[in-house]
Amino acid sequence: MARKPPLSAIASPNAVLERSEVVPALIGRHEDFLIISGLGGTACDVGAVTGDRAHVYSLAGAMGAACMMGLGLALARAQKRVLVVTGDGELLMNIGALASIAVIDPPKLAILCVDNGHYGETGWQKSHTSLGVDLEKIAVGCGIKHTHTVSTEADVATGARLLRESNGTAFVVARVKPTEPPAFKRNFDAAFCRDRFRAALPPL
Amino acid sequence: MPDHEAVLHYGVLAPAGAPERIDLKMDAVVEAQSATGWQHDLYDLLRRNGITQIAYVPDAGHSILIDRSLSDPDVHSIPLTTEEEGVALIAGADLGGARAVLLMQSSGVGNCINMLSLIKGARFPFLTLVSMRGDFGEGNPWQFPMGQATEAVLAAMGVICMRIEHPADVISTVNAALTMVFKSGQAVAVLLTQRLIGAKPF
Repeated sequence: MARKPPLSAIASPNAVLERSEVVPALIGRHEDFLIISGLGGTACDVGAVTGDRAHVYSLAGAMGAACMMGLGLALARAQKRVLVVTGDGELLMNIGALASIAVIDPPKLAILCVDNGHYGETGWQKSHTSLGVDLEKIAVGCGIKHTHTVSTEADVATGARLLRESNGTAFVVARVKPTEPPAFKRNFDAAFCRDRFRAALPPL
Repeated sequence: MPDHEAVLHYGVLAPAGAPERIDLKMDAVVEAQSATGWQHDLYDLLRRNGITQIAYVPDAGHSILIDRSLSDPDVHSIPLTTEEEGVALIAGADLGGARAVLLMQSSGVGNCINMLSLIKGARFPFLTLVSMRGDFGEGNPWQFPMGQATEAVLAAMGVICMRIEHPADVISTVNAALTMVFKSGQAVAVLLTQRLIGAKPF
C-alpha cells in the first residue's frame, strides 16, 4: 500500500481566540451591515450578536452559498455595507467564489471567515485549514486586495477596521479554537426570513 | 484560436479592441440559426424587465448576451467559476431587491443541484437560460449524460422547464418566463435547444 499521510499527526494550528469573543469584537455595531451568515456555527455566531433580526439572512443548508449571496446583495445595494460571515468548511466547499468576487471587487463587501479548522457540526473532523491550507493566501491569490488573518487579540483592531472601512472587498480570517459556537435558537423558515429581509429595505 | 482560450476569455479583463471570443467553428453554426437576431432581442427583453445582474459561465450559445452585458454600463456582468455560484448570487440579488439571471450550459445544471434547495426552500424567484448540449444533432457523446438528464434534474428540484425550438418562439417564451418568475415567484429554466442554437459538430 502506498504511504498514507498521517492526518492525525499533522499539528492543528494553535489557535488562541474564542469565537464567542472575537466574532462580536470584529463585527462591532452589527446594524451598520446587511449580514449573510453561513450554516452551522457561523449562524449561531451571528445570531448571538444580532438576535433574530431582519437585516440578517442565515443559511441552514445550501452549503457554500454565503459568499455569492453576499456578492449579489452587495451589487444590488451598493450603498450599504454587506458582511458575509462564513466558516472554513463552507468557504472551502465553494472556494472559487473568492475568484468570482475578486474580479468584481464590490467596494463595500466584507467577508469574515470564522476558521476553527474543523467541521464542528459533523463530529469535529479536521478541515483542510488544520492540514496546511491557508485561506488568506488563497484570497490574495484570487486578487482580493484587503486581507488579514486574526490570530491574536493584537490583530482584532486591524481585522475590524478592514471589515467596515475597506474600499474594495475585504477578506478576514479569524483563527479560533475548536469550541462550540454560542447557543442560538435560529429561525429555520427560509421563506419568512427572505420576505422579512426584503421588507426591511427601502425600495430601490 | 483553440476552443478553451476562446470561451474562457473574460471580457472584464480584456484589453480594448480584443478580438471576438467566439471560436470560428461554433460561430458559423450560431450565425446560421440567428438570422433574426433573436439574441439581441432577448437581451433587450431582459433589460426592459429590470434585470441588472447577469451571471454566466462562458458558453458560445450565450455569447451575444454575455458580450452585450459586458458593454452595458447599467448591468453587472459576473463571470462564475461554477454554475452553483450563480444560484446563490441570484438569491442574494433578490434579498437586495434586484433581478438577476443565470446563463449556463446544460452541463452546468448538474453543478447546481444542491444549491437549488436555497431557491426551493426560501421561494426565491429564479430565472436561468440554459443552452442545451447532448440533444438534437449532438456530435460529442460526452455531452449526452447531462444533456439528457437536464430536464429531470431541474424538475426534481422544483424548477419549471420551458423548451424553445424555433427563433420565433424566443421572445414570447422568455416573456412568459419573466412573468412566472418575477410576478409569481417561480423558478424557471428556459432551455435553448440545439435545434434553436445549432448543434456543435465534432
